[in-house]
Amino acid sequence: MFAPIEPPANRWVQAWSGRRRWPLVSAAGGIAAAALVLLPLTFLVVEAQHSGWSELRHLLLRHSVAVLLWNTVRLALACTLLCAVLGVGAAWLVERTALPARRLWAVALVLPLGVPDFVVGFGWVSIDPALHGYLAAVMIMTLSLYPLVYLPVAGALAHVDAGLEEAARSLGLGPWQAFRKVTLRQVWPALLGGCLLVALALLAEYGAFEIVQYRTFTVEIFTEFKLGFDTVAACALSLVLVLLSVAALGGELKLAGTGRSWRAGPGAHRRATPVALGRWSAPALGGLAALVGLALGVPVGSLIYWMARGSSTTLPGTSILAAAAHTAEYSAAAAALATALAVPVTALAIRHRNRLTLLIERLAYLPMALPGLVVALGLVSFTEHYAFPLYQSSLELVVAYAILFLPLAIVGVRSAMGRTSPHLEEMGRSLGCRPATVWRRVTLPLIAPGLAAAFALVFIFTATELTATLLLRPTGVNTLATQFWAYTSEFSYGAAAPYAALMVAVSAVPAYLLSRRMTAPARGEQTR
Amino acid sequence: MSHSKRLLLSALLVCAGLLLGACGGSSGSGAITLYNGQHEQTTAALVAAFEKQTHIKVNVRSGDEAELADQIIQEGSSSPADVFYTENTPVLEALRERGLLAPVAASTLAAIPSRYDSTQGDWVGVSARVSVLVYNTSQVGPSQLPSSILELAEPKWKGKLGFAPSETDFQPLITAITKLDGAATAEHWLRGLETNSRLYPDNETVVAQVNNGESAVGLINHYYWFRLQAELGHGAMHSALHYYAPGDPGDLVNVSGAAVLKSSSHQAAAQEFLAFLVSRTGQETIAHSHSYEYPLRAGVGAAPGLRPFADLHPVAVTPAELGDGKAALAMEQKLGLL
Repeated sequence: MFAPIEPPANRWVQAWSGRRRWPLVSAAGGIAAAALVLLPLTFLVVEAQHSGWSELRHLLLRHSVAVLLWNTVRLALACTLLCAVLGVGAAWLVERTALPARRLWAVALVLPLGVPDFVVGFGWVSIDPALHGYLAAVMIMTLSLYPLVYLPVAGALAHVDAGLEEAARSLGLGPWQAFRKVTLRQVWPALLGGCLLVALALLAEYGAFEIVQYRTFTVEIFTEFKLGFDTVAACALSLVLVLLSVAALGGELKLAGTGRSWRAGPGAHRRATPVALGRWSAPALGGLAALVGLALGVPVGSLIYWMARGSSTTLPGTSILAAAAHTAEYSAAAAALATALAVPVTALAIRHRNRLTLLIERLAYLPMALPGLVVALGLVSFTEHYAFPLYQSSLELVVAYAILFLPLAIVGVRSAMGRTSPHLEEMGRSLGCRPATVWRRVTLPLIAPGLAAAFALVFIFTATELTATLLLRPTGVNTLATQFWAYTSEFSYGAAAPYAALMVAVSAVPAYLLSRRMTAPARGEQTR
Repeated sequence: MSHSKRLLLSALLVCAGLLLGACGGSSGSGAITLYNGQHEQTTAALVAAFEKQTHIKVNVRSGDEAELADQIIQEGSSSPADVFYTENTPVLEALRERGLLAPVAASTLAAIPSRYDSTQGDWVGVSARVSVLVYNTSQVGPSQLPSSILELAEPKWKGKLGFAPSETDFQPLITAITKLDGAATAEHWLRGLETNSRLYPDNETVVAQVNNGESAVGLINHYYWFRLQAELGHGAMHSALHYYAPGDPGDLVNVSGAAVLKSSSHQAAAQEFLAFLVSRTGQETIAHSHSYEYPLRAGVGAAPGLRPFADLHPVAVTPAELGDGKAALAMEQKLGLL
């Protein structure tokens, strides 16, 4: 879509700084990430193979498969488009206008991510039991996933140099044209990354669709698992999900161009003058309030209703604080691991772009589009055979989370690294610093906001994960999500509600830190 | 910057801590591991009573019973599970067919009427619930209620019925109708149901929506209604239960069962746990656990408020005859209900 900004061809600088060789650490990290991601994919293929051609054909050529395919694709298209519009709009309002209380909005707009899908679905159905089908699914999923676009785009907007836009305006472009040709171009990789995450998350979604009776491929896969105990059929159907996500990944790659949007240096990079909203203040505030009210208010409201209404007692021997501590520990560990894996994967794909590094990066997105049950069973099968002492250990659970949510970390890291010029690193090398020193003193400070975004996103998703947690947690360990599930599955909504409320609260912490980091100027940036 | 570095460092330390923690495995020699698909509250009460009586520690791993079954199938011969305790029998049948269950001790099987046990003796029935029709008392009068579940496929119920096609409680009804009246009748019934009904994700939602008046009648097992009443209080109930005529395929008993895994290295302790489940103490614990299930051992009464088990005359289709429910599932898939 956009032509890459190629650095002047200066061969001896490249050769001298060793940019063409894979740095050892990056290569090792990339290989480790690829190996982890291949675990569930291998399981999928091996299991599906057991089904044999005739059964596979019977499974995949049923007429209902066409319905499932159509349901899945039209949902993914509509939701992704809506999330893009809402996410960019909200990000622009928060980052670029004189919106009242923008700090508050910056946190509130992220929080819907901290509400687990089963709570969202439950909240909506308790308001309107008749809610079901395509439109209900589109609405519920858009409201819970738009932050995946909002977050990276807001992060990118906060770091776009206002000077470029002003130059465009001074050259005669109208405000809309300047936005389209300059601003949007700068946030384009972040926007595409966010849309990709939305599409992948939709492919894997189950809980909300089960509640609103909308049948997608993943719903069908769960049926095979839950009623047929048929792993083979479930894995065969999951292959279709892999194909769909390959299509999404290819499309994103085509639209993204080379993913480079850096300029020569951070230099006199400064924040744009906030646009005065004037008479648009009220509609803008109203729109944001409606968005947050629907996305956060409905599920949280139904929780409060049940906390007040329900009369159920708690289970013996369970502690909400212990569950919260486990959730926070696992989430922090998974977020750290996923971020640590995302850095080399992204660095290779951006700085050492070739077919192999790009393949590794694309591969890393696939597990997010698979039902959590498939990924978890893949790990069960692998550890049972090859790493039994690790079976149902905290480590295995954290690794599973990292595999599932690696794409979230990659998108976070990618948008920051894409904005960072490699010339700065080369300059560091040419001044005699060792690669590790350059990494610590040049690269790390520049991509720190991206790392924080990656950490926070993975943290929030891990805190609400249920399927893999139930299968892989150490025996006897409860998290907020498992306890919420245990209570609701025995009707104890009153007892369950505090666990869901705490899940939202735990997710609010990274959301808050993230919004502060994004709206606060990074070091080296000037504000006016 | 230093802030986020500190954050990263502490997260790495947590990682390292987890890694170390992972190596110090937990299960002591006398302990057994229970994979629990039954409601947690009931299981917690049972485990506490068992540990007190036998001093054998039980590590409980709760989850969705079908996911646990899929997990056990993947784990195969090295499964950490010693005992599997489930809400329904088709999951146990699925494991039995794959040769993953050990025979249950004869004395344990003898404690429960044999029609509620596995025909091959590979699992034991522990407690039961009965399939009923829940109706909204302000929308439907007792005289309008059907004596047979087959009537619900008739046009007069159009738009009034709610049920959960993906619940494990639903396939046994299809299987029972197929057994008693043939596959054609079952398929015809299912088509009628599809036309008449609003579909819900689970039985909890079915009973709640009938109670709200969103649907007039719903297919559930009796205990969902009692649990909703326990949560909401008697005053908030706008619904009641209707039992089908004796011998009707709708008047079906669903059994919760337990089994010992063949791969278990604690066979004796695991068998002891099963024996406890069907013992008088175990069965009374179930009756008093607010799960509102019927204990299956003769002479142990159900929770107050329930119609006595002896007064039910369920249809003569045993849980073992219900099998793994694959045919019923295929029929639902064929009609596009799943």
